[in-house]
Amino acid sequence: MTTNSELAVSASGLVKTFGDFTAVDGIDLEIRRGEVFGVLGPNGAGKTTTLKMLATLLSIDAGSAEIFGVDVKAYPHQVRQLVGVTGQYASVDENLTATENLVLFGRLLGMSGKAARAASEELLESFGLEEAAKRQISKFSGGMRRRLDLAASLLSRPPLIFLDEPTTGLDPRTRGQMWDTIRTLVAGGSTVLLTTQYLDEADQLADRIAVIDRGVKVAEGTSEQLKTSVGSSTLHLRLSDKSQIAAAAAVVEKVTGDRPVLTPEAGGVNVPLADADRAADVLIGLRHADISITTANVQQPTLDEVFLALTGHGTESAENPEQTDRNIHTEEVA
Amino acid sequence: MAALISTYAVADRPLRAHPSVGETISQTLTMARRAYIKMMRNPEQFFDVTIQPLLFTAMFAYIFGGAISGDVQSYLPTIITGILAQTALTASMARGTQLREDMDKGVFDRFKALPIARIAPLAGPAVADLLRYGIAATLTIVVGLLMGYRPGGGVGGVLAGWALTIFAGWSLSWIFTWLGTVMKTAGGVQGLGMMIMFPLTFLSPAFVPKETMPDWLQHFVDVNPVTLVINATRDLMNAGEVTMSVVWALVGCAAVVAIFAPLSVWSYSKKL
Ligand SMILES: Nc1ncnc2c1ncn2[C@@H]1O[C@H](COP(=O)(O)OP(=O)(O)OP(=O)(O)O)[C@@H](O)[C@H]1O
Ligand SMILES: [Mg+2]
Repeated sequence: MTTNSELAVSASGLVKTFGDFTAVDGIDLEIRRGEVFGVLGPNGAGKTTTLKMLATLLSIDAGSAEIFGVDVKAYPHQVRQLVGVTGQYASVDENLTATENLVLFGRLLGMSGKAARAASEELLESFGLEEAAKRQISKFSGGMRRRLDLAASLLSRPPLIFLDEPTTGLDPRTRGQMWDTIRTLVAGGSTVLLTTQYLDEADQLADRIAVIDRGVKVAEGTSEQLKTSVGSSTLHLRLSDKSQIAAAAAVVEKVTGDRPVLTPEAGGVNVPLADADRAADVLIGLRHADISITTANVQQPTLDEVFLALTGHGTESAENPEQTDRNIHTEEVA
Repeated sequence: MAALISTYAVADRPLRAHPSVGETISQTLTMARRAYIKMMRNPEQFFDVTIQPLLFTAMFAYIFGGAISGDVQSYLPTIITGILAQTALTASMARGTQLREDMDKGVFDRFKALPIARIAPLAGPAVADLLRYGIAATLTIVVGLLMGYRPGGGVGGVLAGWALTIFAGWSLSWIFTWLGTVMKTAGGVQGLGMMIMFPLTFLSPAFVPKETMPDWLQHFVDVNPVTLVINATRDLMNAGEVTMSVVWALVGCAAVVAIFAPLSVWSYSKKL
């Protein structure tokens, strides 16, 4: 059997139920070859469940899926030859060293002992793990585990790679390294399906994004399309002279046609922008009216705002402490 | 890194329909090697096959010897072969709990996602366990010899009994492998395993002659696979004869594997 589809993944109406709970409720996905596709959703949205069904790790209760044109339900063994899976929870053996793990997986994939050792060495080097080669995984840091996990998924040279929350729990520097690795994979022609809870991660990496919530796909598109569909970025202004706040509000309303949100105690004016270019118009209008400002910045919508707009409820992810400091690309305008 | 990974993406490659027999064997041996490395790093995995046979052999011989056979010396041919079967059974029981614990770890997700034979992750550790059964059988026989056991079957008979014990342990381990794939927790496997192990060991001629039990119990003793193994071991080690009991023991063990190995693979793949 050979593969033949233009699409790396084509799934329609995927359903997974656990008892009477429907974790995935009719999800359609189409992922083109060579693309990075992001599945964005809060805790419990059904990201892992969807990925596991596509990776033959969970049975598909209803609907169908094809990987490079190969039916997942009918030909799981063939699909396993096409997909490299990096699970949400480290799928390497704790009691073995990094080298032993990679050699084990290499041998299972049919490499000779020599070839497996060579591939292991090569991968550990590319992932900056060569010093840890002989250490047991139980002594690895979270970031090292994730990298080893990804390395293990690449042993078979899979054309399609699934990454389930590749950077959750990593510090910003390690997250950056992981992003670089993923970009390199894509540059090499791999197709990547990744899940994440972070809009900025999807934004950084994904060509297209599907937003899922409670087992249902609520939106799909490029990150630009998503953000625009959600509406606006916000221009946050701070006035030098708080008493000018009414005058400032009038100027803003004249330029944008919308009333800004005011915080008079702080001299703050928050302007919703349909389009970030309008920020300049507002600033020029203020200059003409002789209103001076101390700070100005434009913020894109946060994941919370995207979710609120798309689903009518927030992400409910209390366990996301990074939300505030990762408040998505604040650009200084003035 | 780019150079390394660029060669990694080849979607249009021929796909194999299923693993060949040769691949299945090689994958099983690879998984056996993994189990072996883990075993060596967790020496407590050897407790049940070292301390236990040593302790039980000496304890049972001195406690029951006088009562059952008049003296310890004449009880040894009974108790050594009985303990051999018992140890094989207890040692194989650990397979179920270990498999269950292992399957709950992330690495099993990777095994499932790899294009490998479904039986390899189950059969590999079972192969590595041959070492455990070998240790248990050897220790039991050595302790017996030290206590004055003089097997009538000679060296050949003893070696045959030793080999049969190992084969029996391996075969019975498939019952527990299957339990490991169907039960939800390692604790559950352990509990159920005990409930299976105790009647199988004690409702057998392992420690006392069958004739001393009530009639209704004797019916169970007759069909107990452990009885088959014990009778066969006695014929081999104490008499040096390859009797029908030996044939039945081998058939019984093979039947256990023929039933429980496919069941295990089926329930393991269904759990996907
Ligand atoms: N084996 C299972 N049995 C019962 N319920 C399950 C099982 N696996 C997942 N669920 C439930 O299905 C829902 C979706 O889970 P899933 O793991 O796919 O979410 P997720 O989007 O990956 O979340 P997270 O961001 O926390 O990883 C959750 O409510 C979860 O509790
Ligand atoms: Mg998940």
